[in-house]
Amino acid sequence: MLEVLDVSKIFPGVRALDRVSFRLAAGEVHALVGENGAGKSTLIKVLTGVYQPDEGELRYQGEKAQFGTPMDAQHAGISTIYQEVNLIPQMSVAHNLFLGREPRNRFGLLDEKRMHHEAREILAGYGVTADVKRQLGTLALGAQQMVALARAVMIDAKVVIMDEPTSSLEPREVETLFGIIRDLHRRGIGIIYVSHRLDELYQICDAVTILRDGRVVHTGKLAELERIKLVSLMLGREMSGSFSAFKESDPEVSDAPPVLRARGLTSRRKLHDISFEVRPGEVVGLGGLLGAGRSETIKAIGGAYPLDSGDVQVDGVDLKKPTTVRAVKAGIAVQPEDRKAEGIIAGLSVRENIALAVLPQLSRFGLVSDAKIDAIVEKYMTRLRIKASGPGQLVGDLSGGNQQKVLLARLLATGPRVLLLDEPTRGIDVGAKAEVQSLIDELAAEGLGVVLVSSDAEELIEGADRVVVLRDGVVVGTLTGAEVTTEDLMATIAAGGNQ
Amino acid sequence: MTTQVAARPAVNLKGLSQYGVYLAILLLVLYNIFFTPYFLTWSNLRIQLIQVAPIVIVALGMALVIGTEGIDLSVGSVMALAAALIPLYLGYGVVAAILASLVAGVVVGLINGVLVARVGLQPIVATLALFVGGRGLAVVISEGKLKDVRNPDLIYLGSGDLLGIPVLVWIAAALVVVVAFLVRRTVFGRRLLAIGGNRPATELAGLPVKRVLITVYVLCAVLASIAGLLSVARIQSSDASAVGLLIELSAITAVVVGGTPLTGGKVRVLGTVAGALLMQLVIATMIKHNLQPSTTEMVQAVIILIAVYVARERKTR
Repeated sequence: MLEVLDVSKIFPGVRALDRVSFRLAAGEVHALVGENGAGKSTLIKVLTGVYQPDEGELRYQGEKAQFGTPMDAQHAGISTIYQEVNLIPQMSVAHNLFLGREPRNRFGLLDEKRMHHEAREILAGYGVTADVKRQLGTLALGAQQMVALARAVMIDAKVVIMDEPTSSLEPREVETLFGIIRDLHRRGIGIIYVSHRLDELYQICDAVTILRDGRVVHTGKLAELERIKLVSLMLGREMSGSFSAFKESDPEVSDAPPVLRARGLTSRRKLHDISFEVRPGEVVGLGGLLGAGRSETIKAIGGAYPLDSGDVQVDGVDLKKPTTVRAVKAGIAVQPEDRKAEGIIAGLSVRENIALAVLPQLSRFGLVSDAKIDAIVEKYMTRLRIKASGPGQLVGDLSGGNQQKVLLARLLATGPRVLLLDEPTRGIDVGAKAEVQSLIDELAAEGLGVVLVSSDAEELIEGADRVVVLRDGVVVGTLTGAEVTTEDLMATIAAGGNQ
Repeated sequence: MTTQVAARPAVNLKGLSQYGVYLAILLLVLYNIFFTPYFLTWSNLRIQLIQVAPIVIVALGMALVIGTEGIDLSVGSVMALAAALIPLYLGYGVVAAILASLVAGVVVGLINGVLVARVGLQPIVATLALFVGGRGLAVVISEGKLKDVRNPDLIYLGSGDLLGIPVLVWIAAALVVVVAFLVRRTVFGRRLLAIGGNRPATELAGLPVKRVLITVYVLCAVLASIAGLLSVARIQSSDASAVGLLIELSAITAVVVGGTPLTGGKVRVLGTVAGALLMQLVIATMIKHNLQPSTTEMVQAVIILIAVYVARERKTR
C-alpha cells in the first residue's frame, strides 16, 4: 500500500536516510525501530510530507506519490499521531475531534448538537467517557492521545503512523489502544508503529523494519525475528566498524567505599526504585533502550529531574533533595545528552564556558580574576586538546567534538568526585571520540567515579567495568566481570520482564 | 564546511550592529553642526544631556534584564512610585526620602524577580502586573495631586552643577561605569550573561540561577527608582501620573538600538548609552527643524527596525 523505494535524505554533513526501502501492506501493523539518530523521525517526516526525499521515491496505493506538504499527505489518507499530542488544548474535545470538518446545519452554521452527539459516540469506542464539551487540555494525557487517535482515524485514514503512542498511557489505556489497532487492522488500514517497548511490538506488530545510522538493517516478519536478534540489530555495529579507544578494563575490584550511592530513585512513571553505586575509579555503564530512563536517572542524581523519593549520597554524605546547586557542590558533574540545548552556551567564548561553574573560586569579593581564569582555561585547553583559535572564540563556532571537550572542561574544573556522562561521544568525529574515550579512562584511573550512558553498545561494554541495565525505569539486571559483553547486554535488554 | 561562504555578510552585519549606533551619532552630530543653528552651544548640549540622563539610567537596568532574555515593563511605574514617595518622606530629610524611593524599587524588583524566577511567569506578563498596578498605587499614594518639592538638597541633585556639568549627568555617568563594571568584571555579570545565553545549561552547571535573576530585576527597579527621584529633583515637583510615562519604550529602544540582542546572552552597556543618545539626538534634530512629532515617531520606528534587522544574524547561528 505504502512503499518507500531507495529514499535518501541528506542534511549538511549527515546522511540521515541512506537508500531506505520498506513496504507497508494493507492491514499490516509494521514496527519501525531504531535508536536515537537512526533515522526514524526523518523517515516519518518524509512519509508525512514534512521533508522531501533527496533521492528515491514514495509509492502509495501502487502509484508514485509526492507529498509537498503535511496537508497533502493527510488528504491522501496518511495520518500521524505524534508523541506530543498535537491538538488544541484550549478547545473542547468535540471541537478538536471535528476541527476543520465541523458538521453544519442547513443555514451553514455550526451544528453543535450533532457534533457533540457524534463525538460522544465515536469516543465511546475509544474508551473515552469524558464530557465532550470539556476543554481537551483538562483531560488526562492518555485520553488526549485517544482523541488524537480518533481524529486521525476519522479523516478516512488509510495509513496511520503512531510515534511512541503508549509513552503517556496507563496499562489499561494501552489495552484499549491495542483493541483499536486490531480493529484498524481488520479494516485494512496500514499502521506504522514506532516504539521501543519490545513487549508491545511482539504483542501487536506483524512486520518490522529496523533502522540504524540511516540504513535499513533488517526488514521482515516480526514473529520470525528473535528478541535478542532484534536488539542486536538495533544496537550492534558491523564487525568492520571502528573500535573504541578504551583500554582493557582492569578486572580488579576496588574495596573502597562507594563515591556515589543512589538508592530507590523514584519519579512518577519514569523511574521506579533505581539503586546502584559507583566506587572510585569505576566506570558504571547504564544500559537500556531509548526511553528506559537512563537520562532521567542521571539528571535526577544531578538534581535536574524531580524525584518523588530516593536519595543520593556522595562519599557517604546524603544530598537531601538534590538540586543542581547542591549536586555540583557535592562533587557531581553532569554532562547532558543534548549538548546544544543544555550543555554549552554557544554565544559565549571558550573561556567563559570553561570558567562558568567555578567563578566564585576564580574571583575575589565578587570580582573575577583574569589571571586565575586564564590559568584554569589554559590548563584544560591543553589537557583536553581543545582546538580553538583562542580562548576568546565563541563555542558555537567550534566543531561538535571541541564543544564537547569544552563542556567536559567545565565539569572537570569543578573538581568533581563523580562524572555522569550522557552520550559523551554522540555527534562528534572519530578522532574526538577516541580522545573523549581515553579521557574517561584516565579520569577513572585518577579515582573519579564515572557513570556512562551510551546507545552504542560496544562503547558501553568496552568503557564500563559494570553495566546496570534499565527497562521502563526499572533496573532489570547488572552485568559484572566476565558478563560485561555485548551478548549479555543484548540478552538482558531483550529478556521481557512480563512474558 | 559551509561557514566560509556565510561568514562574509555576517561579519559586516555584526560590525554594523556593534558600531552602527556610534556611526549614526557621528553623522547626526556632523549634520547638526552644519545645518542646525545654535547646536554646538553649551546650553543646548546641557539640555540634551539632562533630558537623556533618566532614560540612560532606566535603560541600563533594562539592558541587564534583556541580557537574561527578559524584559521589564514596570520601570515607568517604579519611577512614579519613587516620585510619589519623595514628598511623603521629605519631612524626615533628603536621605530618608531617597531611601524610601529606593526601597520601593527593591520591593518592586523583588516581586518581579520572584514572579519570573520562582513562579516561572514570562517576564513580559510578570512585569505587566506592576506596570499597571504600580502607577495606580503611586497615584493613590500621592492622592492624585501634583506636589511641589522645595528641598534645596534634592533640587541640587536635579538642577545643580558640579565642575560645570549638571549633577544629574554625573550621576548617570557614574551609574554607567558601575553597570559596565558589573557586567564585565564581576561573577554576577558573567552569570547573568550565561543565563541569557542558555538557561538550562546554566542551571545544570550548578549556578544559582534564580538568585541571579531576582537580583537582576531588583537592580533594574532600583535604577528606575533612582531615575524617578532624579526626575522629581529636576522638575521640582512630584506628579505620579506623569513621571516616567512610556519610559519603558524609550529604554527598550535604547537597548535594542545599542546592539543588545533581545535573545539574551549579551549586554552592551556603552551601546545602550549610545542608543539613548542617538534617539535623543534624532528627536532634538527633528524639533529644531520644526518637524511634526508624528514624523519624529516614524523616524524612530525606522531606526528601531534597522537595529533589529542588523542584530538578526545572531539567531541564525
